[in-house]
Amino acid sequence: MRDWRYTLAAQRGTLIALGLFMGLFALYVAKHPAGFTANVVQTAANKGAILAFVAMAQTFVVLTAGIDLSAGMTFTFTNCLGSYIVAGSTPTALLGCLGVLVAGSVCGMLNGLIVIYGRLQPIVTTVATGSIYYGLALWLRPQPGNSDNFNSDIADLMTGKTFGVVPSALVVLLAVVLVVWVPFRRSTMGRAVYATGSSEVAAYMSGVPTQQAKFWAYALSGLLASVGGLYLSFITYSGEANFANGGAYTLYSIAAVVLGGVSLFGGVGSAIGAIFGALAFRTIGDLMFVFELDPLFQPLFQGVVLLLAVCVGAARLFRIRNRLDLFA
Amino acid sequence: MSPARDETRTKLLQAFTRLIDPAVATAFACILALLLVGSIYSREFLSVEYLLQQLKVASFLGVIATGMMVVILLGQIDLSVPWVVAVGGMMACAATAHGDIGVIGAIPFGLLCGIGLGLVNGFGVAYLRIPSMIITLAVNAVAQGLMVVHTGGFMPQDSASDTMHFIATGDIVFGIPNALIVWAMIGAGAVFVLTRTSYGRAIYAIGNRERASFLSGIDTQRVVMIAFAISGALAAFGGVLLAGYAGRAAQAMGDGYLLPSIAAVVLGGTSILGGRGSYIGTVAGVILITLLQSILSVLQIEEFGRQVIYGGVILAMLLLYGRERSVR
Repeated sequence: MRDWRYTLAAQRGTLIALGLFMGLFALYVAKHPAGFTANVVQTAANKGAILAFVAMAQTFVVLTAGIDLSAGMTFTFTNCLGSYIVAGSTPTALLGCLGVLVAGSVCGMLNGLIVIYGRLQPIVTTVATGSIYYGLALWLRPQPGNSDNFNSDIADLMTGKTFGVVPSALVVLLAVVLVVWVPFRRSTMGRAVYATGSSEVAAYMSGVPTQQAKFWAYALSGLLASVGGLYLSFITYSGEANFANGGAYTLYSIAAVVLGGVSLFGGVGSAIGAIFGALAFRTIGDLMFVFELDPLFQPLFQGVVLLLAVCVGAARLFRIRNRLDLFA
Repeated sequence: MSPARDETRTKLLQAFTRLIDPAVATAFACILALLLVGSIYSREFLSVEYLLQQLKVASFLGVIATGMMVVILLGQIDLSVPWVVAVGGMMACAATAHGDIGVIGAIPFGLLCGIGLGLVNGFGVAYLRIPSMIITLAVNAVAQGLMVVHTGGFMPQDSASDTMHFIATGDIVFGIPNALIVWAMIGAGAVFVLTRTSYGRAIYAIGNRERASFLSGIDTQRVVMIAFAISGALAAFGGVLLAGYAGRAAQAMGDGYLLPSIAAVVLGGTSILGGRGSYIGTVAGVILITLLQSILSVLQIEEFGRQVIYGGVILAMLLLYGRERSVR
């Protein structure tokens, strides 16, 4: 009888994010002139999926109590790489996709190795590596552009509608969750990541392979960021080394992760929550358009909603009985 | 040699090493190395004009990094720097349009806006207990929104006043740039506050352990809130200087200052976890970053190469002396 309560408490962050997203999206669809049609959902899904991938990438690192400020730059770099090598016939393009994913994972692994063996703080490490990845992106695409024989068949397949109704973005998102997140969460390594994030010293003392756990968390983070970059290539058919855009994705991914109930102190939350956090964050931006407010106010509106959303986190203050717990 | 003399010698040596932080020493050594590398390329690098010019450019980053350092000493971070810089510059410029009072009040008004945003950050971190990474991110978004509305809706004046221009570009004595004098005064103030006042002690104490500081009778929440206000004020003042330097304020003027200011503070030997670091280190870090950027652009390396080398050098330096102690 207490089982479901326990599960509910453990998944509270994810469920709140789901509720938030459902509420916002219902409002969006209700006010949208076209209503709840496949096209409206497809556009929203394509935009949301990219941020969802980067937010998942951020989740892995945040779970280890780290932070990845290079996520947006890995995303930008893999986007530029994708615009080159996802080209030619379908088999070579698929090989190119694989290459993009490998490149992203290598970026993540590099972050991990520096954090683990260099013993630098994740925040400064990823600031520096982010600069390197952005440099690489700029090297590939000094100007925004695309490959002459970019394989748009795969791209359309991934960004269109499966069976003519379901947005492919959601199918891809689900596939990534099933292939990457669920096995990770259920594996010993996944548990080790959660343990390391909760308390690295305690985890080490209990014989948890904390270094391996961190390494795989960073590697998977790079992988997910590259999925996002690849997906952006699919949508735009091109690559762009945009510094502001990369930085924005890093910051939005942190916002999405927090909206999704993942604790920045590590060890709490799930990528599913982060996905809903990302989708909710995107919907906030879209709400502006359906309410026909001046587009000038869009950034302010998004900022204020974000500020209010993070202030909701202060609600835990009401549960604190001892003032000392404030400083835990 | 008598044992007594030997003893005094080791004592002197110990006192000396205590006085000089190895991180700071390495940072200064790196500055010299950079200058040497530059001077191989061109004699100009060792000329007084070039060095003064670099110090002038460095003083903008120096002012902003001072605020960042105070916050980092607390173990927090201020990600709202980019748009608080922009708010400072743009508000000061906008104020100059309002007659004589506006011209006189331009700089204080810009500073006040920065303090206001900093107080919101500080209130969120200290009293609402929201992680600084999140609340400052949200405040950054709000500040961006406000400035977009401001520029789009009101057609404000964006050119700097003569006073701002004079402070940022002029020189009063012996050709020493005013901006450098301003940085020196702010730096002296920071050193005084950090080392000679109870407020400074409280900052270091909180950075080490907020709980213990609270139990020792420090009003930690007030200290933290004021620290963020200081950071906001200095970021805004950096914006005022930048606007004076460029002659006008622009929306993206603060974008290039977030990561360099964090990097400068950390390269100066301040622990990103808080509680440890000296202002002289931050000075070294600021000069280091500015020189690195300058040399990379003088050597006419393409933008992508600059980014990669910039990130790589920061990583290499941190690996030299910024490593955390091993957990076990």
